[in-house]
Amino acid sequence: MATVAGDSTSTTRVQTETKLADPNRWWHVLERVLLYVILILVALIFLIPLFWLLSTSLKPAAQLFTPQIEWIPRTFTLENYTKLFGSPQTPIARWFFNSLAIATMSTLLILAVDALAAYAYARMDFRGRNTIFAIMLLTLFVPGFMFIIPNFLTINALHLINNWAGVILPGLAGVFGVFFLRQFFEGLPRELEEAAMIDGANRLQVFYKVVLPLSRPALATLAVITFLASWNDFLWPLLILKDRNLQTLPPGLRTLQSAYTSEYGLIMAGAVVVAIPVLILYMMLQRYIVQSIASTGLKG
Amino acid sequence: MATVAQPQGAATASAPKATSVRRKFSWTPYLFILPHLLMFAVFVGWPFINGLIISFQQYDILRPEANKFIGLDNYTSFFDPNNLHFRTFWNALINTVQFVLYSVPPLVIIALLLAVMLNSKVPGVNLFRGIYFAPWVLSVAVIGILWWWIFQSQGGMINYYLGNLGFTPPRWLSSLPWAWIAITIATVWWTVGFNMIILLAALQDIPDQLYEAASIDGATGWQAFTRVTLPMLRPVLAFVVTITIIASFNLFGQPFFMTGGNPPAPGGGGGTEPIMYRIYITGFTGSADQGRASSMAIMVAIMMIVLSYVNFRLFRERK
Repeated sequence: MATVAGDSTSTTRVQTETKLADPNRWWHVLERVLLYVILILVALIFLIPLFWLLSTSLKPAAQLFTPQIEWIPRTFTLENYTKLFGSPQTPIARWFFNSLAIATMSTLLILAVDALAAYAYARMDFRGRNTIFAIMLLTLFVPGFMFIIPNFLTINALHLINNWAGVILPGLAGVFGVFFLRQFFEGLPRELEEAAMIDGANRLQVFYKVVLPLSRPALATLAVITFLASWNDFLWPLLILKDRNLQTLPPGLRTLQSAYTSEYGLIMAGAVVVAIPVLILYMMLQRYIVQSIASTGLKG
Repeated sequence: MATVAQPQGAATASAPKATSVRRKFSWTPYLFILPHLLMFAVFVGWPFINGLIISFQQYDILRPEANKFIGLDNYTSFFDPNNLHFRTFWNALINTVQFVLYSVPPLVIIALLLAVMLNSKVPGVNLFRGIYFAPWVLSVAVIGILWWWIFQSQGGMINYYLGNLGFTPPRWLSSLPWAWIAITIATVWWTVGFNMIILLAALQDIPDQLYEAASIDGATGWQAFTRVTLPMLRPVLAFVVTITIIASFNLFGQPFFMTGGNPPAPGGGGGTEPIMYRIYITGFTGSADQGRASSMAIMVAIMMIVLSYVNFRLFRERK
């Protein structure tokens, strides 16, 4: 409502201005043209490196070091991709599957664990609730690298090195999802839940049959952010998954970089394989992702 | 500070209502929070304590028989100029601070400029917003590999053009300060969109009436920006500056892929080796010592917490 009102007042403002002072109109047109020129130039800065990445991956090795830059490959080839997917030294298809499996499992588990906890913090009163919550808040201010060494030792003690569980489990301890969902649950109308309780539903049934269906947008947002974070994670899987066949894509890129030193076409093909799924996801859910960053970023 | 106050305020506000309907003790809430709390205890609570414990030890998981308690030795080695770890630690820390100073101003100022441009109500703005933010969804591995290639001396995109313009192109990734400039450019390109989105949302929250009042008072565009926009943005700017400093302090992937920490620093360590990299090298490579790595992490964490606190105070007191 507020934004609609704001829009209408600003358009009337523009209208009165143009009516009152006609020479200003040209200035406004010029201003707008200038704005678009700058917007497009900036867009190119963001797009050109991505285009260069794709272009390199489609070039034959012999055409990488030409005296003049070639934006569009003289001859298109998929040989980088076929060689990459055919090499048992760098099993990228395997890494792709591993990444997909780990990101999917992480996302589902985090949603389940965080939603359960968030519902209790939002709707139930119990001894120790505020204390636990305050402690969880404080940990947000502790930098992440504090946990890497001791968590590596814990994973080692649990014999989870070279095990996907070693990558997935520490992610379940995150507090962001709990805060995020709790905030959403608190905004839901209590009446529906109370009605279900009067009808004899227990807490778990209320949670499962009333609260979760109402929370689809929040759950979807958390799912997308969690999936992206897991898919892109680099350092933790690098430390935990030493076995080449268990590895995920981002540490796999490191393996490519050292295996193919200056065969840039091959390495860039690998980077394209890592980038394409998230870029497609981003294009489909762009407004959604951007809006969730804007709102959660502001709320911290 | 605002971020802390909000959820706590919400918790206390809803507490009295809940107490009035409190019945007999029930296990239900504990069963709901149990899975998360268990994970939280194991992977956030315990490492907090364990990290401190092993920081007083010489500790290597591969040679557990040699592990021993050495008191404050890990910590004191960082203050003994004759110790190799003194030089590598401070080299990495100074590198990190340098990178924070290079990267935070562009990451905030460019983000603000982009947000102001996108805040104008012209058609197509959402498309540009989507493009500017896009690199943020990529993995640091992709970003690192991509810019490693762009800055290559042989075949790299940047040096093609610098050469054509008649410059002698620098060896970006193996000489200073060029390697830091390359890492900073890659980082700004990657994450400036994130700050932009947050600032844009804050700009859109500023009521139009304030600008109308300013224009009735005869304010120019620039005056409206400095007298209305900036003061209204102050809390969000403080938040953005803080999270950007923390993010830059955590620098790791970009030098890992782009420079490998090179060129070597004269006293030991690498010229583009930030503190995260040094912790990684100490804890996981060569004759690894997780105890020493842990003590480094704790030293740096204390410095960062102090820094964040000072930063918040500065922003608050300028009001």
